[in-house]
Amino acid sequence: MRRGTGPMTAARRRQLYREYVGKSLTFVCAATLIGITAAIVVFIAMQGLSTFVVNHIDPWRFLFSTAWQPDLPHEEGGPLVGTLAFTIGSVSVSLLAVLIGGPLSVVAAVFMVEIAPAWGQRLLQPAIEILAGIPSVVYGWIGLSVLVPFLRARLHTLGFSLLAGCLVLAIMIIPTVVSLSADSLRALSRDLKEAAYALGSTRWQTISRVLLPAAGPGILTAIVLGLARAFGEALAVQMVIGNTRSIPTSILSPMTTLTSAITMDMGYTIPGTPWNNALWSMSLLLLLITFGFIILIRLIGRRRAYR
Amino acid sequence: MNARLADRLATVFFWLGAVIIILLLAALVGYLLFQGGRWLDPGFITRPPENLKAGGGVGPQLFNSFYLLFLAMLFTIPLGVGAGIYLVEYAGKGDYNPAQDLPQGKKATAFLLGVINLSVETLASLPSIVVGLFGLLAFVVATGWGYSLLAGALALTVLNLPVMVRISQEALQTVSGDLKEASLALGASRWETIWKIVLPAAFPGLVTGAIITAGRVFGEAAALLYTAGMSSPMLDFGDWNPLHPNSPLNPFRPAATLAVHIWKINSEALIPDIRRVADGSAALLIIVVLVFNLLARWFGRYLYRRMTAS
Amino acid sequence: MADQQPKIIINNLNFYYGSTRALKDVNLEIKPYAVTALIGPSGCGKSTFLRTLNRLNDLIEGVRLSGEILLDGKNIYDPDVDVVGLRKRVGMVFQRPNPFPMSIYDNIAYGPRIHGITNRHQLDEIVERSLKAAALWDEVADRLRQSALGLSGGQQQRLCIARLLAVEPEVVLMDEPSSALDPISTLKIEELIQVLKEKYTIIIVTHNMQQAARVSDYTAFFLNGEMVEYDETEIIFTKPRDQRTEDYITGRFG
Repeated sequence: MRRGTGPMTAARRRQLYREYVGKSLTFVCAATLIGITAAIVVFIAMQGLSTFVVNHIDPWRFLFSTAWQPDLPHEEGGPLVGTLAFTIGSVSVSLLAVLIGGPLSVVAAVFMVEIAPAWGQRLLQPAIEILAGIPSVVYGWIGLSVLVPFLRARLHTLGFSLLAGCLVLAIMIIPTVVSLSADSLRALSRDLKEAAYALGSTRWQTISRVLLPAAGPGILTAIVLGLARAFGEALAVQMVIGNTRSIPTSILSPMTTLTSAITMDMGYTIPGTPWNNALWSMSLLLLLITFGFIILIRLIGRRRAYR
Repeated sequence: MNARLADRLATVFFWLGAVIIILLLAALVGYLLFQGGRWLDPGFITRPPENLKAGGGVGPQLFNSFYLLFLAMLFTIPLGVGAGIYLVEYAGKGDYNPAQDLPQGKKATAFLLGVINLSVETLASLPSIVVGLFGLLAFVVATGWGYSLLAGALALTVLNLPVMVRISQEALQTVSGDLKEASLALGASRWETIWKIVLPAAFPGLVTGAIITAGRVFGEAAALLYTAGMSSPMLDFGDWNPLHPNSPLNPFRPAATLAVHIWKINSEALIPDIRRVADGSAALLIIVVLVFNLLARWFGRYLYRRMTAS
Repeated sequence: MADQQPKIIINNLNFYYGSTRALKDVNLEIKPYAVTALIGPSGCGKSTFLRTLNRLNDLIEGVRLSGEILLDGKNIYDPDVDVVGLRKRVGMVFQRPNPFPMSIYDNIAYGPRIHGITNRHQLDEIVERSLKAAALWDEVADRLRQSALGLSGGQQQRLCIARLLAVEPEVVLMDEPSSALDPISTLKIEELIQVLKEKYTIIIVTHNMQQAARVSDYTAFFLNGEMVEYDETEIIFTKPRDQRTEDYITGRFG
C-alpha cells in the first residue's frame, strides 16, 4: 500500500525548501513592522521621560502650566517647561481646521458618490488625489507667500495667525476626509437608497435622513483621521502661525503648536539640556495622542459593527 | 412642494462644495506653476544654491530628492510587499488540518495578526515629525552615521511602509480566489502560487500604488529635517564612486532635498531672492508630483490592458 | 468491476463550517477507473464533500472535520500527510473555467514545472500529450503561445482539464465542470470524461441528472449533508431504494 502523500522526490524537497524560505521571508517583513513600532515607542519614551526622571519636572506642571522658560537656571527656580500653550495651540488650530474643512469635504464626498458620480469620477477624484500629493511644505509656502500677506493687508494685523494656520490645515485635510467619507458612502448597500426612493423621498431627503446617518460612523472616522493629520502636521503650520509662545487670545493672534515648537527648537538646543529634553517629552506627548486617536477610531469602528 | 425646493437647494449646495474644491486646486496648481514656472530654466535646475548672493539654483537638492526617493523605495517596496503577502496569503490562513484541532495555534496567529495590524495603524497615524525624531535617535545618533542620506531613506521607509503595506494588501486581495485554488489544486505550494500567479496578477496595482507613494515621499520634509539634514556638501558630479565624501552617490553624506530646502531658506536663509528660489522649487515639486500621478494612472491602465487583452 | 479494491474509502465523515454541520456521517467507497457522480439539490453538501477529497477546504477558516478518508488505504487527514503531494495525486476541475492569465503553453506547463521538470523537450512533449488527451490539441496547436484567456469557455475548460492531466493525477475531481458551458461544449466534456476514466478515477459533482445518468458508472445522492443512497447509476435511476432519492430523481423537489 502506498503512502497517501506521494513520494519525496528531489523536486518536492526543493518545493518544500522554497516554501519555507518564502514564508519565513514574508514573515520577517511583517515582523519588521512590529519591530519598528516597538522601537519608536521605546526610543521616544526613553528620551521623553528624562524630563521627569532626570530634570525632576512634575508631569502635572509639564502638561498644565503655561510657564515656558526652559533655560532658566536652577537657582532661579527653573527650568520651567509648562507646555499648555503649545497643546492648546495644537488643539485649537486642528479643531478649527476640521470645523472648516470637514463639512466641505463631506459635501464633496456626497457629491462624488450620490449627485454626480460621472463628474466626481472624472474631475473630483483626480483633484483630490493631486491635493493629497501636494507636499506640506508647498502648502506652507503658499500660506506664507500668499495667505499671510493677504491677511496682513486686509485685516491690518501681523498676518501670522491661528486663522492662517487653520485655513492651510483645512485644505490639507480635505483629501483624507473626502476619500474616506466617499468610501463609507459607497459601502452602503443599494437597497437602502432604493428603499428610500421607493417611499417617495427626494434625493435630499434620502441623503440627509438615510444615507448620511447610515454612513455616520465611517464619516466620523474620516473626520477624526483628518483631525489627527492636522494635529500632527508640522512644517505647513509652523510657517504661517508666527510661533509666539502664548495661548492665542483671538483668531488673529499669532500662536504656536507642539509640532511647531519641536521643529523649530530641536536643531538649536543641546542634547541633554532641560530644554532639549522637554522637546522630547512633547514628542512623547504627540505619540500618546496618536494612540489616543487610534483608540478613538477603534471605538467608533466598534459602534459601526453593532449597527 | 417644499420638499422639492429643499431638494433643489441641496443639489446646488453640493455642486457648490465640489466646485469650491476644484477651483481651490486649480488656483493652487495654477498659481504655483505660473509663479514658479518662470524661474525654471536649465541653470536653476542644475546650479548649486548660493549662501549670500542671489541667483542660486537647486541642482543638488533636486538630485538629492530623487536619490533619496530611490533609496527609500529600495527598502520600502520589498518590505511592504513582503509584509502584504504575509498578511494576505499566510497569516491565519490555510495549511492547517481540519481533522486536527489546533485552537492554540489559531489563537496565537490571531494575536500576531492583531499586533501587526495595530503596528501598521500606529505607523500610519504617526505625525511625520515624530518619525523624523525617531530617525534622529535610531539612524543618526545610535548608528553614528550622522545626518545622512541613508538615515533619511530609512526614516522615509518608516513613514511610507504602512502605506505600501496597505497598497500591497489591496492589490493582492483583488486577485481572484479561483486562480489561487486552481494553482493549489495542481499541487503548487503556497509560495509557488504567490510567486507565479498572485504577484503577476497583482502587479499593476502594486506598481500604481508604489508610484503614488513615491510622489508623496518626494515632497516629504518634516521627517528629513533631522535625519538627512538640511545641508549638502559641495557635490562633485564628476565623481560617481559612492565611497568618496563628495560623490553624489555617497549614502553617508548629508542631503537636503527640494522640500527641505524650501523650508530652510524660509526659516534661516540670508539670500535676497528667497521668493524666487522657493517659488521655483515649489513649482518643481508640483510638477514632479503631477508627473508621478499621471504616470501611475497611465502605467496602471497600460499594464492592466496588457494583462487582460493580449 | 465490482470486486476491484476501492480507490477511496470514506468512513464516518463529518464536516463543520464553524457550528454548522455540512456533512453528516458520510460513508462511501469510490471505485477506481470509473466515474462516480454526486447528485443532490444545491446546498446538500456534495461540493463540500468533493473538496474534502483534496483538502481544498483547508483554505477556509474555521472548518472542522472528523472521520477518515482513505486514499489507497492511507488516511489523507493524518498529521504526517503532505497536502501538496496529496493535491498532486488528486486533481480538480472547477465549476468556472479558470485558466491562468498566461499563454496556453505556460498554463499546461505550470504543473510540470512546479514539480521539477525544466527540460524544454520534455515539457513540449507533456504539453502536446495533455492537450491531446483533453481533445484540445487540434484546436490550439498553432497558437500555443497565445493567451489562454482568448479561448472560448468550452476550450478554456478543456484547457483546465489538460492542465490537470499534465501533473498526472490518479483521481480527478470535477465540480460541475460544464455548468458554465453551452450544450455543445458540454457534450465534448462528457465525451472526454468517458475517455479519461480508462486511466483515472473520476468523481463528478453535477446538478444535471441527465448528465449524471449519461456519464457515470456509480451515483451517490446527497441531501442536507447526508449521503442518502449510493449504487450503480443504472439502479439509482431506475429502482432507487430510498423514497427521497426517488422524489429527487423524478423531480418532485429540488
